[in-house]
Order: sequence, then C-alpha cells, then structure tokens
Amino acid sequence: MPKLHTAAELEKYRAEILASRDPAKPCIAVCAGAACDGMDSAAVAAAFVAAAGKLGDKIEVRTTGCHGYCEKGPNVVVTPGDICYFEVQPADVPDILAATLKGEVVERLVYKDPNTGAKAVHMNEVPFYKHQTRLLIGDNPKIDPMNIDDYFAVGGYAGLVKALTTMTPDQVLDEVKKANLRGRGGGGFPAGSKWETTRNAPEKTKYVIVNGHEGESAAFMDRAMLTGNPHKVLEGLIIGAYAIGAHKGFMYTRHDMPLLEKHVRNALAQAKEYGLLGTDILGSGFDFECELHFDVGIFVSGESSALMRSIEGNAPEPRPKYIRTSVNGIWDKPSNLNNVETWANVPQIINKGAEWFTSIGSEKSKGTKLISLSGNVVNSGIVEVPMGTPLRTLVFDIGGGVRDGKTLKAIHFGGAMGGSIPADLIDAPLDFDGMSKLGAPIGAGGLLLMDEDTDMIEVARYLMDFLVNESCGKCVPCREGMQQMLQILTRLTEGEGKKGDLELLEDLIEVTGTASLCALGKTSGDPLKSMFRYFKPEYESRIAGGSEAK
Amino acid sequence: MSEHTIDGIIEKYRGQPGSLIHALVEIQHQNHWLPREVMQKVADALQVPFAQVMQIASFYKAFSLTPKGRHEVHVCTGMTCHLRGAAKLRAKVEELTGLKDGETDTDSRFTYQTGACLGSCSIGPELIVNGKHYGRMTPEKIEDVLKQYE
Repeated sequence: MPKLHTAAELEKYRAEILASRDPAKPCIAVCAGAACDGMDSAAVAAAFVAAAGKLGDKIEVRTTGCHGYCEKGPNVVVTPGDICYFEVQPADVPDILAATLKGEVVERLVYKDPNTGAKAVHMNEVPFYKHQTRLLIGDNPKIDPMNIDDYFAVGGYAGLVKALTTMTPDQVLDEVKKANLRGRGGGGFPAGSKWETTRNAPEKTKYVIVNGHEGESAAFMDRAMLTGNPHKVLEGLIIGAYAIGAHKGFMYTRHDMPLLEKHVRNALAQAKEYGLLGTDILGSGFDFECELHFDVGIFVSGESSALMRSIEGNAPEPRPKYIRTSVNGIWDKPSNLNNVETWANVPQIINKGAEWFTSIGSEKSKGTKLISLSGNVVNSGIVEVPMGTPLRTLVFDIGGGVRDGKTLKAIHFGGAMGGSIPADLIDAPLDFDGMSKLGAPIGAGGLLLMDEDTDMIEVARYLMDFLVNESCGKCVPCREGMQQMLQILTRLTEGEGKKGDLELLEDLIEVTGTASLCALGKTSGDPLKSMFRYFKPEYESRIAGGSEAK
Repeated sequence: MSEHTIDGIIEKYRGQPGSLIHALVEIQHQNHWLPREVMQKVADALQVPFAQVMQIASFYKAFSLTPKGRHEVHVCTGMTCHLRGAAKLRAKVEELTGLKDGETDTDSRFTYQTGACLGSCSIGPELIVNGKHYGRMTPEKIEDVLKQYE
C-alpha cells in the first residue's frame, strides 16, 4: 500500500482507483448499520458474497454503514440506478442477483406505499429518501467503511488536500467562521469561534477532540456517521487541527459497539499508513496524530470537561467552567471539542466553500442536520434535511406519520434534557434558535413522536429517572434536586399527587437549573418546563383526579 | 480467561498511569469482571494507588466488580424502546429468570441488566443476549430466545 507523500501523489492514486472501477459494473450494497445488523443483515451479506463469488467477477458486493431507512432493514441498494430493496432475507439473494445480472428489478422487494400501493424502485423516488438532502450520510451506501479506497473514490480527503496545499491555517479558520457552522452536539455554538479561542490560547500544546459519545437516548446518527464513514470525520478533524495548530487529537466514542470500534481503529491505522496522519502530512510540514478513547458507560462523560477528565484517565466529573475547556482542557491545555457531525461538515465546507454552505439552511442555522427519527413513527431511521425544514416534512413526508393510525400528541426533541411540544406546532421549522424558543431545543438531533396514548407525566418521570441514574453525583443540586423531582413525579404517576406538587416542582427546576455545575443538572428540568408550558392541564387533572384519572 | 492474557494486558500499560481506563476496559471485555487481585496488579503495574483503581472501577457502569453469568441478557430501556413497550419485556425477563436488574443467578447462567440507549431504536423494543440483538421483541417470544442459552 502506498504512502502518499504529496498532494499530487494522492490525486494520482485517486485517479488510479477511479480508472480501475467500472461504473457500469453492478454493485450490491448491504447495510450493516445498528438496526439492520440487529435484523441479521450479516447473514444477507454472507449469502450475497457466497453467491456472487460463483458468478466470477460480474457483481461486486459491499458491506456498508447505515443507509438511513432503518425501519425497513435489512436494506440493500443496487447500483447503478440506486435500486432499493427492503427487508431483504438471505432467501431473496438468488432473485436479486439474477435480476441484477439481467438489468431487471425484483418487484416484490421494492418500496410499496402502505396507503396507495404505489411502488418506488429508485432511491430518489422512495418517499423516505426523496425529501432529504443527504450531504453527510448520502455516501454511506457507496463506502465499505473498512476500505479507505472507497472514500477516495467519492472524493475523500480532497478537502484536506485543498486546506494543506492552498490555504493557510487562518484561511481555513476564516472559511469555517464564514460558513457559520454551528456545533451539532446540542448547544449550537459557532464552531469557528470555538476554534479561534483554542487557536489564540497562549499554551503552545493544543488538542482537538471528536465527541462521539452520543449518550442521548434515541439519538443514533453520530454512531451511524462514525461507523459508516469514519474517514470523513477524521478528515474534518485533521483540517480543524491544521487551522487550530494542534498536533494531537482524540476520538472519544462508545465502548459498547464492536463494529464502531473496529471501523475507527482501522480508519486510524489506514490513515497513518497512507501518510494522512503522522509527520509532514502530504509534504505540508504539518504533523498530526490521533488516539482513540472510550467512554465506559455513563451519560455525563459526554459533557466536555467530564469527557476530558475521562481521557486523562480519571472519573468523568465535570468541573466549573469559569475558564472554558477551549482554553483549559485536557491536562490543562487548550482543547477544542466538537461533535461527530460537526467535524463531518468540515471537509465539504473547505471543498465547496462557505458561500455554498450558507446557501443551504435557514437564516441563522446553516447546512443540513442529521436527525434520528424514532418513537411512535411509521418510518424510523436516520434523516438528513436542510436546517429550516418544517417539522411537518420530517414527521409526515419522511416519517410517514404516526404508527398504527393513531394521532400525534407531541414531538420530543433532545432526549432527557430536551423538551416536548404539542402536535399543533408541527409547522415550526427545524432551527437551533427557533426550537429553543419553543422549549424543545434540537439537542443532538433525536426526534421522537409520541402518539395519543402517551402519558406525559410518565414520560417526564422516565426522563428524570434516566438522569438520576446518569448523574455523576459531584454537585448537590443535581444529585439531590433531581432525586426530589423524581419522587414527586413518581407519586404523580401513581395517582398520589397533592396540591402544591406542581409549584414545588417549579421551585426544584429553578434551583437545580441555577445551581448545578454542568448541563446535565442545569437542563434536567427542561422536559418538565416544556410540559408545564404545553401540557399543564394533564398534570393538573391527574392531581385533581388522583388515582381515578390514571 | 487465563491469567496469562490478563498479565499480557497489564504489561502493555506498565508504568502508564494515564492508561488506567484502557487497561480496565480491555480486562473487562476479556474477563467480564474485575477481580480484586487483578485490580491490585493493575495498580502496581501502572503505578496508581489502589484507591484510584477502585474509584474508576466502581464509578463507570461498564465495569463489574462481581462475576457475571455465562450469558448477559440486556433489555434496552432507551426512550424509543420505552415508548414501544420495554417495560413489558423487563417484566417478562424478570419473571422468567427470577432476577432483578444487575443480578446474576446462582448457577451463573444469566446476568440481567437494563441499559440505554443502544442506538437500534428502529427495531425496538429489543432484547440483547451476549451482544446478539433480538429486535421487535414481544414478551411472548422471550422464553424461546432464552431457551437457546444454557
């Protein structure tokens, strides 16, 4: 395998890969994302490999990361033509291979509209896909995450080449600032400003970090991105390190997903082998190394200062942030942390420019957003839409509405520290600031539909129970405040609510929110706040009615 | 797991206090729990106080300080699984195994744990045995799944 010493060598290598590949040769992409894998897509992939092997070199089979339409897994996409087959079983393999060789389609496995029965064969005709703008996740079906050549073939590392050979670190930073890329992990803080803070911090040694912790319940897009296309995230990280002046990076991710670990380890090793990590990257004189670290099972370790303690080898307790981690982070050095999706956006911003990026999205939120769509929705999966897209498009056009013909009661964003809004706000646009004002901040991007049968008090109790278990216990307001809220909520769900409970809850929300050290405690009352705003009558009548109202 | 493998892991990190979590994760993955004498060895080799090893091992949920059963049974309690009926799965698993969350049975057949979120929300609610996912689970199907694990 070649070590690429210069940008020209990389482009030559890319040209060779493309020349050796025949775009007309059929390729069968079998999804191995978390949901498809759970439906035993591995058996489907194995059946394809075995059967295609007997056909000589006529058909290529590729195991890929998440395609997006998790509801209908195992997913198979056949190129050319992006023919989508759903719920594929090993027994379907001979039919698909025979049809593919003849240039035909297996009609019984394509998408059928549940209401009209209309069929959709190609990806751009399937309702789940056709309303999306898949800039980040769209490459997943084209890439075997274990094979760096596949990433080169879709234009991978071109952004890095451009940054290292034609731009100064300041120009890269300026481009990201102009693009107004906002952090995708929850806060929506401008990535460019954060980079600049770390860049300008006085310490010479600086670090960059990928936060792939993704502990938010029902958010699963980051691991799909990192498992399915690890090089895209790594490319973003290297570009960011160049702009910031960091020579060491960390990827921090989950320990409980064997495939994720395998792909990231392999990507780091390949990048090193090809000279994209190490010293004098592509002859630019820029040095950069990246280490892999694991979260070992507590939600709060996704919080930036806690995450950094964990990388140092300590217990993940957050610290007060009078001084930001971008100035004083890992081992007290300036440390810039961004989430997986934020880093994944960087290569395309450098490649296509800030002007292109800002042409997508809403006024203050630019680009696309990955959304994990789940709960009582017909089509769950990973969705990518431009910022500013109305929630209605997400819920009905893409999501297909509520399961089992029920009515929509609420939309919940942002997991245990997010909020719920009622169904009549469905025309609100997906936007960092707009959704925050409504009381349901996007968070990392987990969107849950709740149907008419959902008991909102039970949802609040469930979320509080989750947070109580995940609190690190360091500061009293969080540890004790949430425990008190949980007790009251549990009483309410058991029909033992008392007059004054809601006022007491409001007090506890305020104190816990004001006095807790980190975001976990500070925002622990947010779901409840949103419920008091929109669903208070449900709480009041539960208290008034006692156990009868249950 | 043989003592040899554990020693191999510990040797890799000898003299590196910053690698404490790495070492414990590897041992946990291989051995499924952290015996006290192993943690003492880790403390000696990595040159960290035993108390610090205990702090890390008892804080992070991924580490177990007690032996696990031959099969690890998980019910996902993430939000989607919850909305889609995870509580019924939990009740059924608890009824069938007689275990509460976190317990191991006396003949070390099963360790039962709940946890969130495993990211396969589209196929929730789900049961996971030894890492194998059983998606779109119903309480009725659980007995047949557990029967496969002796």
